[in-house]
Amino acid sequence: MVAPLIDFQHVTFKYHAQAEATLHDISFQIYPGEKVLIAGASGSGKTTLLRLLNGLIPQAYAGDITGKLELNGKNIIDQTLFDLSLQAGTVLQDSDAQFVGLTVAEDVAFALENDHQPVDKIKSKVAKWASRFGLGERLDLAPQMLSGGQKQRTAMAGVLVDDGKLLLFDEPLASLDPAAGNVAMTMINRLQVERDLTVVIIEHRIEEVLRADVDRIIVMADGKIVANDTPTTIIQSGILPENGLDEPLFVQLLRKANVDVATLANVADVNSVDVQAYKQVIEDLKTPVIKQVKKNKKLVIKDLVFNYDDKHPIFNGLSTAIYQGEILGIVGKNGSGKTTLSHLLTGFLTPESGDILLDGQSLLSQSIKERADNIGYVLQNPNHMITKSTVYDEVASGLVLREVDAQEIETRTRKVLKLVDLDSMRHWPISALSFGQKKRLTIAAVLVLDPQVLILDEPTAGQDATHTSELLNFLKEINKTANTTIIIITHDMHLLANFVSRALVIVDGTLLADTTPSELLANATLVEAASLRTTSIYQLASRLNIDQPEMLNAAIVHHSTTI
Amino acid sequence: MNNLFGYKQRDTWLNRATGTAKLIGFLTLTTIGMISYDTRFLIVLSLLSVLLMKTAKIQYQEYALMLKFVLFFAIINLVMITILAPQYGVRLYGTNHVLFGSGYWTITEEQLFYEFNLLIKYFFSLPLAIILLFTTNPSEFAAGLNKIGVPYKIAYAFAITLRYIPDVQSDYRTISLAQQARGYEISKKASILARSRGAVQIIMPLVFTSLNRIDTISQAMELRRFGREKQRSWYQEQVFSRLDILIIVGSIIVGFLGITLLFVNNGRLYNPFK
Amino acid sequence: MTNKNSGFSVKAVVATGIGAAVFFVLMKFIAIPTGVPNTTINVAEGWLALIAGLFGPVVGLLVGFIGHTLNDAVTYGSPWWSWVIADAIFGLLLGLGKKYLALEYGDLSTKKLIQFNIWQAISNVIVWFVIAPIGDILIYKEAAQKVFLQGGVTAVVNTISVAIIGSLLLVAYVKSRPKKSSLRSE
Ligand SMILES: Nc1ncnc2c1ncn2[C@@H]1O[C@H](COP(=O)(O)OP(=O)(O)OP(=O)(O)O)[C@@H](O)[C@H]1O
Ligand SMILES: Nc1ncnc2c1ncn2[C@@H]1O[C@H](COP(=O)(O)OP(=O)(O)OP(=O)(O)O)[C@@H](O)[C@H]1O
Ligand SMILES: [Mg+2]
Ligand SMILES: [Mg+2]
Repeated sequence: MVAPLIDFQHVTFKYHAQAEATLHDISFQIYPGEKVLIAGASGSGKTTLLRLLNGLIPQAYAGDITGKLELNGKNIIDQTLFDLSLQAGTVLQDSDAQFVGLTVAEDVAFALENDHQPVDKIKSKVAKWASRFGLGERLDLAPQMLSGGQKQRTAMAGVLVDDGKLLLFDEPLASLDPAAGNVAMTMINRLQVERDLTVVIIEHRIEEVLRADVDRIIVMADGKIVANDTPTTIIQSGILPENGLDEPLFVQLLRKANVDVATLANVADVNSVDVQAYKQVIEDLKTPVIKQVKKNKKLVIKDLVFNYDDKHPIFNGLSTAIYQGEILGIVGKNGSGKTTLSHLLTGFLTPESGDILLDGQSLLSQSIKERADNIGYVLQNPNHMITKSTVYDEVASGLVLREVDAQEIETRTRKVLKLVDLDSMRHWPISALSFGQKKRLTIAAVLVLDPQVLILDEPTAGQDATHTSELLNFLKEINKTANTTIIIITHDMHLLANFVSRALVIVDGTLLADTTPSELLANATLVEAASLRTTSIYQLASRLNIDQPEMLNAAIVHHSTTI
Repeated sequence: MNNLFGYKQRDTWLNRATGTAKLIGFLTLTTIGMISYDTRFLIVLSLLSVLLMKTAKIQYQEYALMLKFVLFFAIINLVMITILAPQYGVRLYGTNHVLFGSGYWTITEEQLFYEFNLLIKYFFSLPLAIILLFTTNPSEFAAGLNKIGVPYKIAYAFAITLRYIPDVQSDYRTISLAQQARGYEISKKASILARSRGAVQIIMPLVFTSLNRIDTISQAMELRRFGREKQRSWYQEQVFSRLDILIIVGSIIVGFLGITLLFVNNGRLYNPFK
Repeated sequence: MTNKNSGFSVKAVVATGIGAAVFFVLMKFIAIPTGVPNTTINVAEGWLALIAGLFGPVVGLLVGFIGHTLNDAVTYGSPWWSWVIADAIFGLLLGLGKKYLALEYGDLSTKKLIQFNIWQAISNVIVWFVIAPIGDILIYKEAAQKVFLQGGVTAVVNTISVAIIGSLLLVAYVKSRPKKSSLRSE
């Protein structure tokens, strides 16, 4: 038998600041040439495990380690970060930190420069890798001028210029639009075959990773490995939902149709799973799509014109209306202007011409603070919103500023903290939170203010299924009881398909479509133009020749958001 | 490309020269200009720098703001000197040619001449700096610094500064806006105290994000072996051409001229009053 | 923490780079009004105090040097060296307090905070009232009356700025650091 590339035996790890261990008795092997997905709820220890693999623990994060950790048959702890980096390339989650060069070319060249290689050799290698990643034209661009997807590709090229055989990815898809995510996964696949790489991916978007044929899934929960097997076996065993993770949507559909998933062959792959026999039961699930009709215009956007600079116009006369009490999704490819639009609504940016009306009143003369009394906004990057040093203070601060009385602050804050599952950590300093936990914290800090209109930029980035559905249920509830208007900007196709009642598609600053998510996902040309991808339900439907797949989707919607 | 300093691709010989040569030229000329108080030399140096700037095809609008800042700075300083030390020129040059006024407010030729020298000094380096900043690709600075003997780790620290200034700026903007949306009023409507408190609320997250950045960026760099070798190569390193040698030799000649004048004048001052 | 074999660690390199970037942005774009016309609290010096206290004298020196040089270069074209050097030495002096403050792990007692403030006040006086004016006189042959007045005003403004912003930052930083084995779910 081949020797394992990675071999962990009974590894336990405790961060310096933690009272309890974060990883408990972890044992697993990864063999050369494998592609392994590590999945697990937010805060379950995935990133921590990755840090053990690339040596950041213990070299950058202090703590207590016990057990045996080997890479290529050698103890990881005894090696320097430099030695390890020649064997394993890491792409970190934060692409702005990963991108250290002043330009694309310099960033791709970075590792080679550090090895003190001759400049002409570096140049030819950079040219080769940049053109393979479609960056050939952009070698001179600064990171500020690239889209999320381009930064991601630069990061990959910068790691691949090394000849290391192991690649580690921490949530590579988190900020990519679905099409760019697909391109990234395809790229990883191709490289793996060509260069015989071993790939370890941490990701919450399981459906999208599974499309790229992973060999194995390791499921983590509370710092332990709870399953380690092929995707088929994992899905058959139903262990993903038990651990708060999302199964691919078509599997959810099959379960809904009472198909015996546990014995179904190839159940992890929507293109080869054997479901012909179940066509009828699946078709019977069809549920009519309920079209909500809302009448009162809450926000009206009139002929909005906005540019950052003369060369790249963003909005050139955008008009639309957002209705009271609706749940609106805004989708579109990376760099289309979605975040820009929310900045215009909240007053972070001022339009060149046009108008924005809230309940018939123009917002343009109001200050940011005045608008914020009605419109709550959760930014894409949680670090930009956090001001206090502890979890509790962060959520309470908005109420303190509004001079709410102390007793009420306490009850409201605790209530929201429970809702986002951070109450037990309320006294923790924010620096000890994982990415997903920080994101939930910022959502809580806005929710506690009870805004009439709520704008959430990528609320589910870095979240697992349980936390997502708890959050969505709560949003649904305030939408029903308080008639809160909710606007969600997202790349998450599950969220789009299952939660949103109306979708605006914005591509390069123009409103490409204003429709229901089901119709949007059923329309192949629109899906492509918006850089989206259909969900696996649509693929399953097309394999089975079931028309109106949106009605199948509707069957799931019910299932996944009202538990 | 990174546009903090107004670097643009221009088709001139100064653009084609390497960053290293321009850096050496800049440092030599500004150092000698800083030391020398020989008015004739300073005037020639100023004319030379303005001439060079003309050949670099830099438009007035591009540096108008800088010019205004220097003008403001110069005026404030000259006014302060006139008020606080009206007899300083007399002390420096050792003679006393009264023009008008009396007592403390006696204005002398020496004082005016001294202030004229200062004025040239405030201005002479501006064109040189503009050339350096506007014609050098920022990516070349780090490589250039390393080449003239600055240890590569320090040169790279400088590159990181250039790389992250735009990010820090946009962080600052976003944080400021997000805090206003949370309820901090920092517009002119609020009281001074409220505004100060608001400003502190922006600085805190900026500080913490930046400290976090230090952690993650140093991890990203170590994972790609920064600091492993005694030396590192630079993608942006340019090979010296004859032009570069010429620039360096030229500025060294000017430097020598300045030094020679120090001996001729028996010191840094050129004294027309004796 | 890592890379002990060579004097200047990767973290120190990055701290210098980011430290100078933040120093530059704070110096150039951010002003906290004091109520006195045309006088603002100098936030950048407070940041310099924190970064020097965290990473030591060499980083402090370089942050002051690079940050101030860049700010001068972008604003006035070329650096005003005597003040650049003064800022660099300020960073160095405050960096000397790193071991004593032990911000990384310790908690900041009131006594330490007072001592920090005494030290920063002394450093400000040394730097702005002695080094900067003497530099102005030696390098630029400026008039003593003028440069000492300027230096004196700067020393006072900066001392107050660091006393407010620097102290706030130190306290907030220490508060954000979890103590060893202190985190548990409740
Ligand atoms: N530097 C640190 N110091 C102390 N505790 C930490 C540190 N980093 C992470 N933790 C804790 O360890 C636990 C696991 O964190 P980790 O980042 O590994 O989670 P994760 O599975 O990657 O989550 P996510 O999906 O949200 O990124 C969390 O509860 C977190 O609070
Ligand atoms: N401050 C800015 N200055 C100049 N251009 C900007 C600025 N912010 C964004 N842009 C550009 O405007 C366009 C729209 O950006 P925006 O952030 O609104 O996209 P987005 O749809 O939110 O993308 P993503 O899905 O990646 O978050 C992009 O091309 C971007 O490069
Ligand atoms: Mg993580
Ligand atoms: Mg966005």
